[in-house]
Amino acid sequence: MSNNLQLNAEGKLKHFLTIDGLSRALLTEILDTAESFAAMSGNQVKKVPLLRGKTIVNLFFENSTRTRTTFELAANRLSADVLNMNIATSSTSKGESLLDTIRNLEAMHVDMFVVRHSVSGAAHFMAQNTAPHISVINAGDGQHAHPTQAMLDMFTIRQKKPDLTRLRVAIIGDILHSRVARSQILALNTLGVAEVRVIAPRTLLPAKVETLGVTVSHDLQAGLEDIDVIITLRLQKERMTSALLPSESEYYKCFGLTQAKLKLAKPDAIVMHPGPINRGVEIDSSVADGSQSVILQQVSNGIAVRMAVLSMAMQSTGDAR
Amino acid sequence: MKILIQNGQIIDPANQLNCNGSVYIAEGKIISVTTPPTGFTADKIIDAQGQIICPGFIDLSTRLREPGQSRKATFKSETAAAARAGITSMCLQPDTRPVIDTPAVAELIKGLAERCGYDQIYPIAALTQKLAGSELSAMLALKDAGCIAVSNANQPVHNLLVLRRAMEYAASHGLLLMFRPQDFCLSNKGCMHEGAVSTRYGLPGIPEAAETIALAQCLELAELTGCRVHFSQLSGWRSVIKIQQAKKYGLNISADVAMHQLDLTEDDIEPFNSAYHVIPPLRSRQDRDALREGLANGVIDAICSDHQPHDIDAKLGAFPETEPGISALETLLPLLLKLVSEGVISLSQGIGALTQKPAAIIQHATGSLSIGSNADICVFDPNATWTLDAQHWHSQGINTPYWGQTLTGKVSHTLQAGKLIFTAHQD
Repeated sequence: MSNNLQLNAEGKLKHFLTIDGLSRALLTEILDTAESFAAMSGNQVKKVPLLRGKTIVNLFFENSTRTRTTFELAANRLSADVLNMNIATSSTSKGESLLDTIRNLEAMHVDMFVVRHSVSGAAHFMAQNTAPHISVINAGDGQHAHPTQAMLDMFTIRQKKPDLTRLRVAIIGDILHSRVARSQILALNTLGVAEVRVIAPRTLLPAKVETLGVTVSHDLQAGLEDIDVIITLRLQKERMTSALLPSESEYYKCFGLTQAKLKLAKPDAIVMHPGPINRGVEIDSSVADGSQSVILQQVSNGIAVRMAVLSMAMQSTGDAR
Repeated sequence: MKILIQNGQIIDPANQLNCNGSVYIAEGKIISVTTPPTGFTADKIIDAQGQIICPGFIDLSTRLREPGQSRKATFKSETAAAARAGITSMCLQPDTRPVIDTPAVAELIKGLAERCGYDQIYPIAALTQKLAGSELSAMLALKDAGCIAVSNANQPVHNLLVLRRAMEYAASHGLLLMFRPQDFCLSNKGCMHEGAVSTRYGLPGIPEAAETIALAQCLELAELTGCRVHFSQLSGWRSVIKIQQAKKYGLNISADVAMHQLDLTEDDIEPFNSAYHVIPPLRSRQDRDALREGLANGVIDAICSDHQPHDIDAKLGAFPETEPGISALETLLPLLLKLVSEGVISLSQGIGALTQKPAAIIQHATGSLSIGSNADICVFDPNATWTLDAQHWHSQGINTPYWGQTLTGKVSHTLQAGKLIFTAHQD
């Protein structure tokens, strides 16, 4: 179902809503395409005319800096016209207004929506309700998916450690509320890593998390053994007020990534974080800024990966017409 | 008016009848089954060759959306759908707008039903005023106005002392409490079953314990207060165990399950398809199988439709933002026949769960083909197939996960107190 929705009749990427249901070959194609764009970023002229004359709307119902700006840069470098719309969510703006927003923008003959929304399934809903020539790229929906973030993470991991099949990857923190973690787990498993391990207290793990294809640890020290890639997740402040955790300091004590704990992983382990970072909560500054950190590479790679996704999706809708 | 329904297979679980024959009706009553009464000349003959003749179905939980939400559905649209589905009695949940917490609203509902020529609509009174869970409704006056039970519908009664007193008060007037167990806080704004599928799609889940904890609390209060309780729309396997234990222990309780819970599981949910958004949520295969087993062995007494028609906008949005509920009257019989064909229950058992059992729960002298009882009768072809599309659908709510599917089982005639309220030739 999600499979059919995302791919056109030729099996090409039409919408990018979730990693779920996409093949290893397709994910690899995204990474390879991104690599060719990444090579360009050192050039004097960073622009290519691939999407000249196309209009992309960044439709952000939820705040974002990094994701929106890298999507915008990606679109600019592909020579597309970009319209940024930041629509504050309120409890009254429900499905109907989402649909109305889509309809209005469709009437302006746009070619692609990049959407972020606080509700899981919002991107699917848009993809199901847009005109057939429009592509929808999910830039994060509720707790469901953030597929371009996952792909830029895969890209970063592949840069550092080309043979993914040997890797053991640990994801630490709030898996329950994280769309990033869900997409990362799916992508890592599709690309065939040796192990995905989630490390968190029970309150921050969703029910039957092991069905996602992960091993589970509640102990950071023990959980870091043999790990090649460490992904720390952002801890939202409201997790304390909703009785999921006692305090930030206790979380830091148990699950905060420090230099001492980092030593428990493999010596060449890399450290990742989707941002924005809470220094001294989920990660210590010395680790975030340390030699094993690739956090800023993730950000740079975000542009190339998003260029790859935008161009692939636009090509497939071009074929369809 | 004398009506003869002839040459059908008569299934009447209340009288343990399963044979070929005819049913004789005069002045709205059943006057004979199989044996022709002397001097009977029919004014109308219905040939039921190759069809089943059974008591009309009694639906323990429906919402017709009037008063207050005629945008979603009306008595006119939904009673027409019910008649086509072989349903001759419907119990109406109290969460109308306004709530059924005064005799005036109960009277209004009776008037609406009469105007559509569908008389047997039984309002369920609100347990607490405005369903707010704090003050008791005027239960006795509501009973006198025709309400057959009390319920707080889907609204929580947070304070167990209020629930205790409401149950004591209901018990003193011999009123049945219909209770759909779901702990509000544990549900935590969830929109589907908490499990592997909710985890995969990042949708907030409702744990099965939200139901069993509320169920266990109400069972304790049933014992304390002596109130007769009917548990509505159970969804979890441990609920079945709790009901079984409580019945064995001797509590005066009964239970039902919504038809779709016996068919669908979380695995059937197409990603983010709001047609599957229903509360209680579609649970795991283990839960569904336990509900099926509970129905087969009688722990679960009855099946209801839990009919909740919606307007298109209510279902148009991202899954968690849509309104829960399935428009379910017209799929009731086909899904029952599906259960029978899958070997879950016998046809006779299934018909019993829609006729004899619900009648016993609301203590009505209907749900059977007994001599002298009102002629509430459904005649259906168990082999006829039809496609669920706009042409064959009559509820105003098209919110069904079965849209586009081919279903088996089609009602040809429905009689309500001897009045023919549906004949298939009208289509």
